[in-house]
Amino acid sequence: MLAQFGIGMFLLTFLLALFSVGAAVAGYFSKSDRLVEAARRSMLLIFPLITVAALTLIYLLVTGHYEIEYVYSVTSNDMPFYLKVTALWGGQAGSLVLWSWLMSAFASAVTLRKWERDRELLPWVIVVTSVTLAFFLSLTILYENPFARWWQTTAGDFVPRMFAPAGAVAITPMDGQGLNPLLRHPGMIVHPPMLYLGFVAFVIPYAFAIAALVTGHSDDRWIRLTRRWTLVAWVFLSIGLVLGMRWAYDVLGWGGYWAWDPVETASLMPWLTGTAFLHSVMIQEKRGMFKQWNMLLIILTYALVIFGTFLTRSGVFSSVHAFSQSAIGPMFFAFIGITFVTSLALLIYRWKDLRAEVEMRSLFSREAFFLLNNLLFMGILIVCFWGVVFPLISELVTGQKVTVGPPFYQRANGPLFGALMAIMGIAPLTAWGGSTAGTLGRMLWKPAIPSLLTTVILLFLGMRNWIALIGFTLVAFVIFVTIYEFWSGGRSREKKFKENFLVALWQLAGRNRRRYGGYLIHLSMVVMAIGILGIEVYRTTTQKTLAVGEDIQIAGYTLRYNSLAQFPSTDGRFVTRANMSVFRDGKLLGNLYPRYDYYPTSGQMMTVAGVRSTLADDLYVVLVNWENVSLIQAPFKVYHNPLINWLWIGSLMFILGFLVAAWPSRPEEDF
Amino acid sequence: MQKSLIRGVQGRGKFIIGGMLILAAIIYLIVSATQSNAEYFMTVNELRSKGNSLVGRSLRISGAVFGDTIQYDPLTMNLTFDVAHVPGDNAAIKMGGGLAAVLHTAVTDPTRTRLTIIYNGPRPDLLRDEAQAIITGHLGEGGIFYADELLLKCPTKYQEGIPSQVVNSN
Repeated sequence: MLAQFGIGMFLLTFLLALFSVGAAVAGYFSKSDRLVEAARRSMLLIFPLITVAALTLIYLLVTGHYEIEYVYSVTSNDMPFYLKVTALWGGQAGSLVLWSWLMSAFASAVTLRKWERDRELLPWVIVVTSVTLAFFLSLTILYENPFARWWQTTAGDFVPRMFAPAGAVAITPMDGQGLNPLLRHPGMIVHPPMLYLGFVAFVIPYAFAIAALVTGHSDDRWIRLTRRWTLVAWVFLSIGLVLGMRWAYDVLGWGGYWAWDPVETASLMPWLTGTAFLHSVMIQEKRGMFKQWNMLLIILTYALVIFGTFLTRSGVFSSVHAFSQSAIGPMFFAFIGITFVTSLALLIYRWKDLRAEVEMRSLFSREAFFLLNNLLFMGILIVCFWGVVFPLISELVTGQKVTVGPPFYQRANGPLFGALMAIMGIAPLTAWGGSTAGTLGRMLWKPAIPSLLTTVILLFLGMRNWIALIGFTLVAFVIFVTIYEFWSGGRSREKKFKENFLVALWQLAGRNRRRYGGYLIHLSMVVMAIGILGIEVYRTTTQKTLAVGEDIQIAGYTLRYNSLAQFPSTDGRFVTRANMSVFRDGKLLGNLYPRYDYYPTSGQMMTVAGVRSTLADDLYVVLVNWENVSLIQAPFKVYHNPLINWLWIGSLMFILGFLVAAWPSRPEEDF
Repeated sequence: MQKSLIRGVQGRGKFIIGGMLILAAIIYLIVSATQSNAEYFMTVNELRSKGNSLVGRSLRISGAVFGDTIQYDPLTMNLTFDVAHVPGDNAAIKMGGGLAAVLHTAVTDPTRTRLTIIYNGPRPDLLRDEAQAIITGHLGEGGIFYADELLLKCPTKYQEGIPSQVVNSN
C-alpha cells in the first residue's frame, strides 16, 4: 500500500515537472505572467511531494519491509537505525531518489527568490531545472523503481516487480541482505549526499546560463546571480571528493586514497571544469572578457555532472563502485547528447553577442594568467577524459582491450598540477590589463627568495627526488606569496586607517571576502599537496607472514605480532583481530589492532586497517584476510605513508576558506 | 605593413603561439603517458602467439586456475600456479554455456595452452581449482608471467541474489 503511494507520488511529481516545462515555455512565448507563475507554483509543489515519497521509502527501510526488493537489498534486521536511514543511498534506485530529492530542493529554493528584476530569466530557469528533474524522475519510474516488491512466478523464480506477474505469489523475506559492509562507514554515509549536492547545485548556474542565452542577455547578470550557487556547488563537490578519498583510505585497505578509478575520475571531471569556471567568471565580471568561454565551461560542467552520475550509475565501467549495473545507460547517453548539443547550438547562435569588450594585451597580466589557469584545468580534464574513454575507443577501433592505470594519470597530470601550483603563486602578484615582465619580476623576487631557500634547505637535509623538490618548492612559493599578500594588504591598512595590524588583517579579509577566502583556499590546496607529495613520492610498503612474537620492520618502525582474537560481534559480524605493538628505537609507541570482519548474511568481508597517524606519517597495517590466519601464521601488509595527514588538514582549511569567501557580508541581491 | 605584422605578433599572435605550445605540451603528455602505461588485456593464447615481443609490457591476463598446480609458501609468500586459456569476449563465454562451464572445460581439456604465474603476496581465499584469475603483470624471460596483482572470481559465488529465507505473505 505504502509502496503504491510512494511510486504514485513520483508519478505525480513527474507530471508536475512536465507541466512546469510546458507552462514556462508557453508563458514565455505568449508573454503570459500567469502561465509562468503557474509553472513556478508547480515547481514549488514538487519539493514537498518528493519529500513525502522519499520519507515513505525511508519509512519502509527503517521498518524492515523486506517484501520491497530495494529494502531487501540494502537493509537487514541487525543494522542500526541510522544505517537503515542512510541505506536510502546505499543502492542504485535509492540514490536516484536522493538525486531527485536534492535537485527539487534546489529548484524550489531558486524559484522562491525575488524575481522582480530578472523575471525574463525565470521561465527558462524553470525549464532547465524541470527538464533535468523530469529526466531523473523518469529513471525512477521506468527503470529503477525503489518500490518494486518480490514475487514468485509460476515457474518458481523470484522477481521484483511493481505489479503481480500472471499467477505470481507475493513473497516476504524474513530478513534483508544488509548494506554492503564497505558502505557502513561515516565517510560513505556523507560522501554520496555531498557529491550529489555538488552535482545538483551546478545545475542552477547552468540553468541561468541557458536562460541568459535564450533571452539574449549577453551581460554578466547570470554570473552575478549564481555566484554563490556556484561556490556552494563547488565546495560540496570538493568535500564530497575528499570524503571519498578518506573513505577509500579507511575502508578499502590498500593504504591509498585515490586510485584513478573511472568513477573517481568521472566525479573529478566536473570539479575541474567547475574550478576553471569559478576562476574565469571573475575575468568576465572585472573585464568583460571570456564570455563565450564561461558559457562553454558551465555547459561542459553540466554535461560532466550528468556523465559523472551516469558512470557511477550505469555499470559501464568495472570499478569499486560497480555495485550498480542496470539498463539506464542508454537513457543517460541520450540525455547528455541532447542537452549538450542543444546548449552548444544556443551558444553558437549567440556567439557574436558574447564577444569580449576588451582585448587581452599583455602576456603578464592577471587575465593572461587566468587564461593559463583555465587551459591547464582543461588539459587535466582532457587527460582524465582520455583515460576514461581510451579503453572504449581502443576496443571499438582496434578490437584490442587496453586500459591505462594510475601511472598514466600521474605521469600526464603531474606536470599540469605542478604548473597550476606555480600559477597559484604567480597570479596574485600580477596586475590587471597591461603589465610587463619587469613589473611582474619586481613583485616576484621577494617571495621567490625564501622559496628557493626552502629548496636549498631540503637539498641540504638530503632530499634528492626531483619531483619532491620541485613540488615542495612550489608549495613554499604559494605559501610565501599568500603570506606576503596578507602582510602587505594588512600593512597598508595599518598605515592608512591607523589600525592595529591584526584588526587590519581582519578588516582586510572582511572587506574582500572573495579574494582573501580564495587565498585561504589556495593555501589549503598546497597543504593538501604536501600530503599528496608525501604519499606519492615517499610511501613504502612491505609484507610478511608472522608467528606470534615475530617482528616486521618498515621505515624505522618495528611491529610485533602479539596475539590474535576471533569472536562474533553483537551485530552478527565475525571479527578476526590481531594485536600488534609498534616500536621505534626500542621504545613502545602503542598498539594497533588490524582486523577483518566477516558478514555471514551477505558473505562479504571487510578489512579494517590498524592505523597510527601523526603529522609526520601514518603507519597503516592490514591483516590480510586469508582462511588459515592463526597464531602461527598471519600475513600482514604494512604501509608507511609520510605526510598523508596534511591532505586531511588541508581539506579542513579549505572549508574555512570557503566560509570566508561565501559568508554574506551585507544584504546582497544574489543568494 | 611590417609594423602591423609585428603588432599582430605582439597582440593576438603571442597568445596563439602560447596556446599552441600549451596544447602541444598536453598532447605530448597524453601520448607519451599512454604509450608507456597502457595495459593490454590478453588471453593466454594471444600471449603465447605474440611471444617474446611482449616482454616487459604491462599486461592483464585472464585464465582458469589448475587447482593441483597451486604452490604456496606462507613464510616467503611466494605463490605459483598455472592457468589455462579461456576465451576473452563475453559472447564466446555465453556460447560455451556460461563462465562456470567455460572454466570447467578449460581445466579439463589437456590441449589447452597453459601459463605459469608467479606472485609474491598473501594467498587469496578464492584461489582454487576452476576459479577465474585475472592477473596484472608482465611476461618474463622463459615464458613465466610475473603478477603484480591478482583478482579472482568463482562463478558460484557470484550468482544472482534471490531471497534466501522466504515466507508466503498470503
